[in-house]
Amino acid sequence: MQSLLGRRTGQNMTAYLLKRLIIAVLTLVLASMVVFAVLEIIPGDPARLMLGMNASADQVELLRNQMGLNAPLALRYLHWASGLLSLDFGRSYTYSVPVIDLVRERVVVSLPLALIALALSTLIAIPVGLFSAGRHGRAGDTIAMGAAQLGVAVPNFWFALMLIYLFAVWLRLVPAGGFPGWGAGVWPALKSLFLPAIALALPQAAILARVTRSALIEVLNEDYIRTARAKGLPYRTVLWRHALRNAMIPVLTILGLQFAFLLAGTIIIENVFYLPGLGRLVFQAITQRDLIVVESVVMLLVAAVIAVNLLVDLSYAVVDPRLRSRQ
Amino acid sequence: MKLWKTILAAAALALAAGASAFAARTDLVIGIPLEPPHLDPTAGAAAAIDEVLYANVFEGLTRIGPNGEVLPDLAESWTISDDGKVYTFKLHSGVKFHDGTDFNADDVKFSLDRARADTSVNAQKGLFAAIDTVEVVDPATVKITLKNPQGSFLYNMGWGDAVIVAPETADTNREKPIGTGPFKFQSWAKGSSITLVKSDTYWGAPVSLDKAEFRIVPDAAAAIPALLSGDVQAIPFLDPDSAAQIKDDPRFKVVIGATEGETILSINNKKPPFDRPQVRQAISYALDRKAIIDGASAGLGVPIGSHMSPASKDYVNLTGRYPHDVAKARELLKEAGFENGIKATLKLPPPSYARLGGEIIASELRDVGIDLEIIPVEWAQWLDQVFTKKDYDLTIVSHTEPNDIDIYSRKDYYFNYDNPAFDKIIADLNLTSDEARRKELLGQAQKILADDAVVGFLYELPKVGVWDAKLQGLWENAPIQANDLTKVKWTD
Repeated sequence: MQSLLGRRTGQNMTAYLLKRLIIAVLTLVLASMVVFAVLEIIPGDPARLMLGMNASADQVELLRNQMGLNAPLALRYLHWASGLLSLDFGRSYTYSVPVIDLVRERVVVSLPLALIALALSTLIAIPVGLFSAGRHGRAGDTIAMGAAQLGVAVPNFWFALMLIYLFAVWLRLVPAGGFPGWGAGVWPALKSLFLPAIALALPQAAILARVTRSALIEVLNEDYIRTARAKGLPYRTVLWRHALRNAMIPVLTILGLQFAFLLAGTIIIENVFYLPGLGRLVFQAITQRDLIVVESVVMLLVAAVIAVNLLVDLSYAVVDPRLRSRQ
Repeated sequence: MKLWKTILAAAALALAAGASAFAARTDLVIGIPLEPPHLDPTAGAAAAIDEVLYANVFEGLTRIGPNGEVLPDLAESWTISDDGKVYTFKLHSGVKFHDGTDFNADDVKFSLDRARADTSVNAQKGLFAAIDTVEVVDPATVKITLKNPQGSFLYNMGWGDAVIVAPETADTNREKPIGTGPFKFQSWAKGSSITLVKSDTYWGAPVSLDKAEFRIVPDAAAAIPALLSGDVQAIPFLDPDSAAQIKDDPRFKVVIGATEGETILSINNKKPPFDRPQVRQAISYALDRKAIIDGASAGLGVPIGSHMSPASKDYVNLTGRYPHDVAKARELLKEAGFENGIKATLKLPPPSYARLGGEIIASELRDVGIDLEIIPVEWAQWLDQVFTKKDYDLTIVSHTEPNDIDIYSRKDYYFNYDNPAFDKIIADLNLTSDEARRKELLGQAQKILADDAVVGFLYELPKVGVWDAKLQGLWENAPIQANDLTKVKWTD
């Protein structure tokens, strides 16, 4: 009986995974078409941009040919998409180096930044959410949620500037911006990621704290919590063991979504702190119409978001055993 | 005895430390707003390339000085034939490229021939259009024969796009620039910074700086904290509004200079109703330059009445040609049959002079009955729609190329302006090298443009730079977009 149940659970799990994977792949293909089409439609010629206002039309045409911009659209899409499959992202128009090299240089800035920010926001949000839910309606809850409201409302670039004035200009604890590279040592590199990570994390933490709180409050009204309390478990144990675990699903969903927001947020934050990350690469590439870089990096980000959401879907099953055996 | 020795040693140490603390700094971090797409000045129009490399890493036959004057560079001297067509350049000897190879006349021939070849993607190919042949007389002498005399030839050879490169490294300069200048390229952390170091083999006067880092600070709001925190010690090109925040801080100098940027309200001269001279003149009367300069450029910038920098020796002041006169503007529009007003679009590229200036101009033109719809565009869109396809009514842009009044005679240029009398003057000008005659022709050219009200002439874009008060030698003006570090040093 036990083994039968186990096998069925396994099968369900495989079907569930397979479904998620197929959806992920379809999303990727669709995204690649949309990204490519949108960037081809927006006006702007990378060759003219490179040569400026004094170059003749013939010269621009010559450069367009050299850059391979004159091939038919469908052909270029297929070329690019098939390249992606073999992890060949093409060559940057402006830098004329392989896009993958650019990405490799930038991802070592953006990924640590996003991860630190994600960790920070979780570390701040969950305790605040617990604190607030535990004091639902009391002064502590009101203050914490007021602060969270402020955190949601304040734009992160403004917040970033305030952090710079406080920590870099006034206290001179960290640099105002820039990134020395990991080659300069782990500590100097981390130091320059410190302010950007906080600027990214706090607005996210504010949202996450509010979600954690409301999910917890809902769970705390459930019968089984009352039962747990009635059988004499201390309030703290009930909150941590029973309530938090059951409130995790909405929190995880938001965490997954936030990863996408974090990646988008890095575009702004990396500009304010002039960090050489993926966000700045995309921003620069858009203004320079380095289409191949924009297309490839956006696809990478899409893939990252899809992968994270896949992970989140999987983690539901870990948190909630019922999902594993549901028909 | 032993104690005595210790004290002496300590004193010596303190002295040594003190001495090194007082020695002037030899490193500099300069903030630049845009990252160059690559590092070859002969293969791209991006100003950021010259901002890093011009005069520092690469040198030309001649060069442009801090006030726009033509100075000898790799050419020590030159002679010009009586008919103005043959230039013989005597080159400096003992010049080496940063990779250790010698510089000689062959490199000059190679560079100029490469720039004017059919397959050239030099962004300023027009600079070389007058060249007929380039001959190597001996390793230290080059003879350049022109198809026709060209008054601006020596100036043209001073552009960043005309620098001398070596055949062996010409194709790799984009990533690893090799020139003959006082600084050599050390590293480029993409998206972050470009570092130059002093070259030991430099032929000319030695430079004071050992190391210069160009750090990319894209956000104007981030530029000021970068200076205040000491991360960056100079921002030579800053927008006027940001500079206002720091002007009272004694640790920094705010330096206001001139550029070659004629900021204009460009008009599509073939698109009705702007093909009517009265309509264009009405626009000129409607513009209040003072209000535009105050609003778009923090009050900095010199009004212009035609397409010439007020700093130029050939400048004619035509700002009085169309005084701000709303009644006159309305009258002209009525004469042209537009008493019921005009509707048009105004496309604005990203710089603040355009976006802020556009709002003011739209309101000034509304006062005379021209209703503008403002359309903000990116540079890429601007180049595509406005500049290439000429799909626009009005736009605002600063033409930063030096001595570029000839753009009004170019066929198919985005102004869509066509005046044979003006074209004739520019053609004559190209064949004239006599200074007095050139001045006269340039004066006539300026006057025609003002009379025709080809575009709305607004003001000369200021150069606003901010740097550490102890830093000396950075350019005050920007005759070309460059950060020449050859004379830069720290004082104490």
